[in-house]
Amino acid sequence: MNGATWRLIAVEGKLSIRDKAALVWGVACPLVVLVILGSIPSLREPITEDLTVFDVYVPVLILFNVAILAMTALPSTLAGYRENGVLRRMRTTPVGPVRVLAAQLVANFVIALVAMALFLAVAGLGFGVEPPRNPLGFAVAWLLATAALLSIGLLVTALVPSRAAATAIGTLLFFPMMFFAGLWVPIAQMPPLLQDVSAYTPLGAGMGAFQDAYLGDFPSASPLVILVVHAVVCAAIAVRWFRWE
Amino acid sequence: MPPVIEVSNLHKRYDDKVAVDDVSFTVHQGEIFGILGRNGAGKTTTVECVEGLRTPDRGTISVLGLDPLTDRLELTRRLGVQLQAGMLPGRLRVGEALELYSSFYPRPADWRGLLHDLGLSEKARYADLSGGQQQRLSIALALVGNPDVAILDELTTGLDPQARRDTWELIEGVRARGVTIVLVTHFMEEAERLCDRIALIDAGRVVVVDTPAGLTSRARIEQRIQFRPSREFDTGLLANLPEVSGVSRRDEFVVVTGDDDALNAVMAVLARNQITAGRLRVEQASLEDAFVELTGRKDAR
Repeated sequence: MNGATWRLIAVEGKLSIRDKAALVWGVACPLVVLVILGSIPSLREPITEDLTVFDVYVPVLILFNVAILAMTALPSTLAGYRENGVLRRMRTTPVGPVRVLAAQLVANFVIALVAMALFLAVAGLGFGVEPPRNPLGFAVAWLLATAALLSIGLLVTALVPSRAAATAIGTLLFFPMMFFAGLWVPIAQMPPLLQDVSAYTPLGAGMGAFQDAYLGDFPSASPLVILVVHAVVCAAIAVRWFRWE
Repeated sequence: MPPVIEVSNLHKRYDDKVAVDDVSFTVHQGEIFGILGRNGAGKTTTVECVEGLRTPDRGTISVLGLDPLTDRLELTRRLGVQLQAGMLPGRLRVGEALELYSSFYPRPADWRGLLHDLGLSEKARYADLSGGQQQRLSIALALVGNPDVAILDELTTGLDPQARRDTWELIEGVRARGVTIVLVTHFMEEAERLCDRIALIDAGRVVVVDTPAGLTSRARIEQRIQFRPSREFDTGLLANLPEVSGVSRRDEFVVVTGDDDALNAVMAVLARNQITAGRLRVEQASLEDAFVELTGRKDAR
């Protein structure tokens, strides 16, 4: 890493923040939902011996944030760069276009990290939600889920022909993925078949790992392996078939 | 001294369309080398191969002794490029773009100086710039790395006449610092004013490489002399001169066409007959005339 790379990351971060859409949909929106859900008394009554509905929604909203950044903000920004010749212009410099991609990934990662800390703080300080009992397990689950999602976002970017297509496909993938994370129906209340499907989706696996960490255990192997497989396979395909022009 | 850029028998096709058929030229240290041709002649594809953005199907290219495809890092450090359609993120500010790009190079130029020279404002966002301002920023970005060679594609397209002249002055200043410049253009006036030598490209081939003056004399275009004689006289006196190819009358004016020596011959005849030439005008062949003549088509701009 040299000066140019850091400056590129700082610039991409600044641009992501100036792009209000990512902050509004990716950070403000789930944060508002968090506050609203936290303010509904019935959601804060225990449904199991030590979990409330609201407790379950905190990790869902953390995944919501990562998914918006990775599935919509990242692909539409990068596909836009390709469409407008930003990547092509970078090819004529010593830095090259790969580092622009890397800088975008890092910028979104950092925004997601800050948002995750913010959500946990608001849930904890504002509504008394206990932090995950296994912090290391939670951190590993979050890192792998974020890696899997960014990797899928990169795959969308790599294969779509245009910025419009990137935005459309990213959004189209976002909703079913959030469904399997239990945004509308908690995973525990889904029919068994859907629960099984959910376990193989990146967000369903992420939720599974989060649940374990919240309850005090290190996440079990299967959700972690599923997240790693998503991350590695999607990234490999994206790198192999990335459209530069 | 070896040439700065050497292109030999470059050939590039897209699917079944030949963009560059057979192009060879050399560019020497410190010159401004023009690549002139109409739209679709293969100019941009040629320089994109030189920049290493495209892979030639045949032919060899050497820039500063480097291979544009395999010596990427070293080449990009020493070659500044202005692309015809190279963009920046819309929300990036002008100052941020220049500062960012200057961090890419080992010995960058002073970006604030470039900002000032090109009349750009630091805080403006790229998306809010006019076409001319975007163009000037892209010139600044091509120069911010202090390159040994700069390739400028359609340098002044979209600029108003004043901005165009300012840009020409800037380019002359850059050349004065020893930078070798390749200028892709379809503006004759620009080529005539800036270039030391010009490669005329038509239908993917180099028609000729010469100085602007050399190109016009090659085209063997006649000069046109027009004047109002102080009294009536027999224009047959002029028509008989070997230097003169034609004489005609237009109202009170006489119009003579002929070769480079026609003016002297005509003046001598008029002087012998005590005729003075009022409102004398001599039109010499422009590069544009030469271009049309040498590429043999009438639809040139």
